Amino acid sequence: MAGRVSALFGMNVFGDALGFIRDNPHLLFDRALEQLWLALAALAVSIALALPLGAWLGHRHRGSLFAINTANVGRALPTLAVLALGIVVLGLGVGFKTNLLALVVLGVPPILTNAYVAVDRVDPEPVGAALGMGMTGGQILTRVELPLALPTIFAGIRVAAIFIIATATIAGAVGGGSLGAIIVNQAAYGLDGVFGAAMCVALLALLVDGILWIVQRLLTPRGLRGRTAQPTYDTPIGTLAEAGAR
Amino acid sequence: MIALAAAAAPSAPVIPDFGPTDPCVTGHHLFCPGWVHDNWGSTIQPALLQHIKLTAIAVSVGFAIALLLALAADRYRPLAPPFGVLAAIVYTIPSLALFQLLVPLTGLTVTTVEIALASYTLIVLFRNTLTGLQSTPPDVLEAARGMGLSDPQMLVRVRLPLAIPAIVAGLRVAVVLTIAEATVASFIIPEGLGFQIREGIRTSFSTGILTAGGLAVLLAFTADGLLVLLQRVLTPWSRRWRVA
Repeated sequence: MAGRVSALFGMNVFGDALGFIRDNPHLLFDRALEQLWLALAALAVSIALALPLGAWLGHRHRGSLFAINTANVGRALPTLAVLALGIVVLGLGVGFKTNLLALVVLGVPPILTNAYVAVDRVDPEPVGAALGMGMTGGQILTRVELPLALPTIFAGIRVAAIFIIATATIAGAVGGGSLGAIIVNQAAYGLDGVFGAAMCVALLALLVDGILWIVQRLLTPRGLRGRTAQPTYDTPIGTLAEAGAR
Repeated sequence: MIALAAAAAPSAPVIPDFGPTDPCVTGHHLFCPGWVHDNWGSTIQPALLQHIKLTAIAVSVGFAIALLLALAADRYRPLAPPFGVLAAIVYTIPSLALFQLLVPLTGLTVTTVEIALASYTLIVLFRNTLTGLQSTPPDVLEAARGMGLSDPQMLVRVRLPLAIPAIVAGLRVAVVLTIAEATVASFIIPEGLGFQIREGIRTSFSTGILTAGGLAVLLAFTADGLLVLLQRVLTPWSRRWRVA
């Protein structure tokens, strides 16, 4: 049925790709799992590296130049170049290690910048109240600033996650594994395989994005909802906040 | 004749001429400035120019579309959310996949690459342009109204100029992102700095990778700096403001 409809529109490719997905569910599922696993590992490492640093810098209100420019530099760095550096220059070889490096380089900037901005711009009044109650710096950070900064911090993690899951395709295309390996291997999987895998990648990215969007809504306190109704695809810095500062 | 050729063969073995060999290149050194110098005109500069062209077309087309969408959404408010969501969905699709999904329609061509790259710029450019247009201070709007400006006059003379900082901020992000994303175009067409990076991976040649990758980053920073300058030129009032 789908094949006939698409043939009617002169788009046989579409039907063939659906056929490929129907005939090879296990292959696609395994590759998608590989991609998810790679992305998850990269996201975990990125959070472990960037979140404590960003939150601490924000807490001390220091290093704004570093924290904000990290995002700008990160944006300018092509993942393909990082992959190439990992394989050829650093000698990490083709595979998981290089892929992880490239994706962590991609994931750190948005998390770092958002964590910094979120903690740095927490309303000073509750922080003052906490000081007056005799809280230590560490207590203020974990009990006052981090909870209030959580929505923005998570927005950064979400941006990083979307970047990482999307770019894991390229990592796979260069370093093997993931759905990207199917996309660039037309010789083995044919045009319908390439097209089918591309459809799966798009679906996977949209799915992850949707799930994270729901999590972000759940994490946002009811009082703050509506203020960040627009999904933030970019760090708050770099677009409008920066325009205002200039 | 045959005997002559046979006699000549051992004394003059045929060595294929690969041209002058650079010991730095054959020795797999990390970076060979000599290679960059020798291949600048033949390989690197064309790749850099292709990259600039890919980016310039994508951002120009993307900006033209985003401006039209933002003006439409500004005039008819209910249009804004669907435009935003659509741009967000397109942005979420990984570039390699979007390129491949377009191939059946437009083939392995520059058009395919430009459609995808321009689509990615929409989210930043649309949102920034619209927010810029809608964040004119109310007292400024009132003053403009009091001076007797019509709606189109207010848009062109007041709201668009005041939206320039937001628009340029969007352009800066879009340009930097597009320069990085254009490297992925090398999976579709053998052009741009991305192709040189892939050649470097294929031949395990670190000089090629460092040169092309470094140029991509340098290009992004240069373009970003030029846009900052453009903004200063376009909004002379903001500088006077800051001094006051």
